[in-house]
Amino acid sequence: MAALLQTRAVEYSVGQAQILRGIDLTVRPGEILAVAGPNGAGKSTLLAVLAGDLRPTCGQVTLDGQPLHGIGVKELARKRAVMLQEAHVSFPFSVVDVVRMGRAPWGGRDPDADDAAVAGALGATDTLGLAGRIFQTLSGGEKARVGFARMLAQEADVLLLDEPTAALDIRHQELVMSLARQQADRGRAVLTVLHDLSLAAAWADRLALIGAGRLVGIGPVVEVATPERLSELYQHPIRVGLDPATGLPTVAPRRGIAVCVA
Amino acid sequence: MTSSTQRAPIEATSGAIEARLPEVTAAGTAVLPPSRPARAVTAIVALAVAVVAVAVVSAGTGQMHLSPAEVIHVFAAKLGWNIGTAPTAPNAEAVLMSIRLPRLALAALAGAALATAGALMQGVFRNPLAEPGVIGVSSGAAAAACGGITLGAAALGPWTIAALAFAGGVGTTFLVYGLSRAGGRTEVVTLVLTGVAVNAVAGAAIALFVFMADSSAREEIIFWQLGSLNGTRWPYVAVAAPIVLVGVGGAMALGRQLDLLTLGERSARHLGVDVERLRIVAIVLVALLTAAAVAFCGIIAFVGLVVPHLIRMVLGPGHRVLLPASALGGAVLLMAADLAARTAVAYADLPIGMLTSLVGGPFFFYLLRRTRRQSGGWG
Repeated sequence: MAALLQTRAVEYSVGQAQILRGIDLTVRPGEILAVAGPNGAGKSTLLAVLAGDLRPTCGQVTLDGQPLHGIGVKELARKRAVMLQEAHVSFPFSVVDVVRMGRAPWGGRDPDADDAAVAGALGATDTLGLAGRIFQTLSGGEKARVGFARMLAQEADVLLLDEPTAALDIRHQELVMSLARQQADRGRAVLTVLHDLSLAAAWADRLALIGAGRLVGIGPVVEVATPERLSELYQHPIRVGLDPATGLPTVAPRRGIAVCVA
Repeated sequence: MTSSTQRAPIEATSGAIEARLPEVTAAGTAVLPPSRPARAVTAIVALAVAVVAVAVVSAGTGQMHLSPAEVIHVFAAKLGWNIGTAPTAPNAEAVLMSIRLPRLALAALAGAALATAGALMQGVFRNPLAEPGVIGVSSGAAAAACGGITLGAAALGPWTIAALAFAGGVGTTFLVYGLSRAGGRTEVVTLVLTGVAVNAVAGAAIALFVFMADSSAREEIIFWQLGSLNGTRWPYVAVAAPIVLVGVGGAMALGRQLDLLTLGERSARHLGVDVERLRIVAIVLVALLTAAAVAFCGIIAFVGLVVPHLIRMVLGPGHRVLLPASALGGAVLLMAADLAARTAVAYADLPIGMLTSLVGGPFFFYLLRRTRRQSGGWG
């Protein structure tokens, strides 16, 4: 299967601080790749590099075989969509207008397709009932779902998500991850930063663990998410169990012991 | 456990959830609210009618009173039509065509320019408090003009002062923009405080030029600080009109991109907006529009703050409607303000800049309070 988005020996540094070191990874069509790691490990920076927001100091990022930075912003917007953690709109736009903005890369040439994509995205994310609301009046979780809807409406083949479930309740976490799964099953490539490793285990095909700017493990979740590796990465004892109902790994911290602050 | 045994339960789970969800592409039948409010067209037409109505009333008002029918007759006669009633007063045509009409035209152009510049600046700074006057662009332009007046600059003949004001406005716009950005963002506090600083420096420069100037130059300088449309001639209109038309047209072409910019610069880029280029083009247009207005009218503040805000309240924040509606609204407001300036006190021509600041100042305060309340403090 052809790689859609690929990094080769990507490094990124700001001044003296090296944030990413030698990252080699591939996001393939039809899969969800989850990225996890402790705070400050470089996950969001990696996402920004993959999105084309930051130019790697060293190494190369390619999208469909082309160097990412050779692709114009307009063309790039038709190929990849990004959902950032913070959903913010400066003026009082309605929810439907915000989701419509996701159609901008397609230039309004086909209004019917635009409307279908927008209605589909609103319906799928359970936000159709909020369509007429002003974005600023929504709760954090509602804003996150609208942001996800906007990303869906863009209909790009590579989806980059930064903690799409962080603000969501359990039902909507499952909803958003099932939608990401649906996108992957249609042949799109999904990369998502996730803190919840049990969620990653349930929905992602592969997991990439990042610590101090390096890739410390990548592969199927069951192979990568071992208690030893996670405990070392997060500097906290971690248990990996099996959900008796699904047979999927569940990840939880060991409790009742002092948190180690190095 | 192998990867294939891991996949099976996921499919079972996702299948169960998907059954409850509409398909992403199959749900296109839902009826969405229209992308532009239906009243946008009505409002634009109403504003255009208001432009004409205020122009006709204002043209007939003054020491020589003319009825709307008489005003329309004179205008129509220029186009070869014979409608309305011929004015009875002698010189009515001369008064209309060489005094009132150029003044009205410049009021409309300056109002459109300032309101569009305000809307554009608010869009590009993503901040409803941005306005050329508030952040000091107008006073920067005035300082340059005053310097030219005092030092007797005449490199471009009668256009020297306007050209200096223009250059001062453009220069100050870039200065404020550069100074108030930090880490790719422009915060309200930084922006307003930068405006305070720029206004203070420009005010000091103007004071210095007043101090250095002789009495006739001093009188001329007063014009810049108070703002006035008195003594407008057709050549001013002929120079201002193309700049304002290009500025307003250019601004309207940025509408969609400015909408996307409200999502933040990163998200706008993800949606295909070349943010750097948009920012530069918008700033050049703001500088062009503001400087064109200030060059001929002096400082007329707050039009760019009040008009876009009112339009947003009625028609929503979408820039593709906001920009043309603001241009028309600004034209109506400034023509009406000029009518008030000419007629509020008998035999006196009040400075229009003083009038707009009198109304706009408290309005700015109200907006400031409101914005503060919404963001829960400036933090």
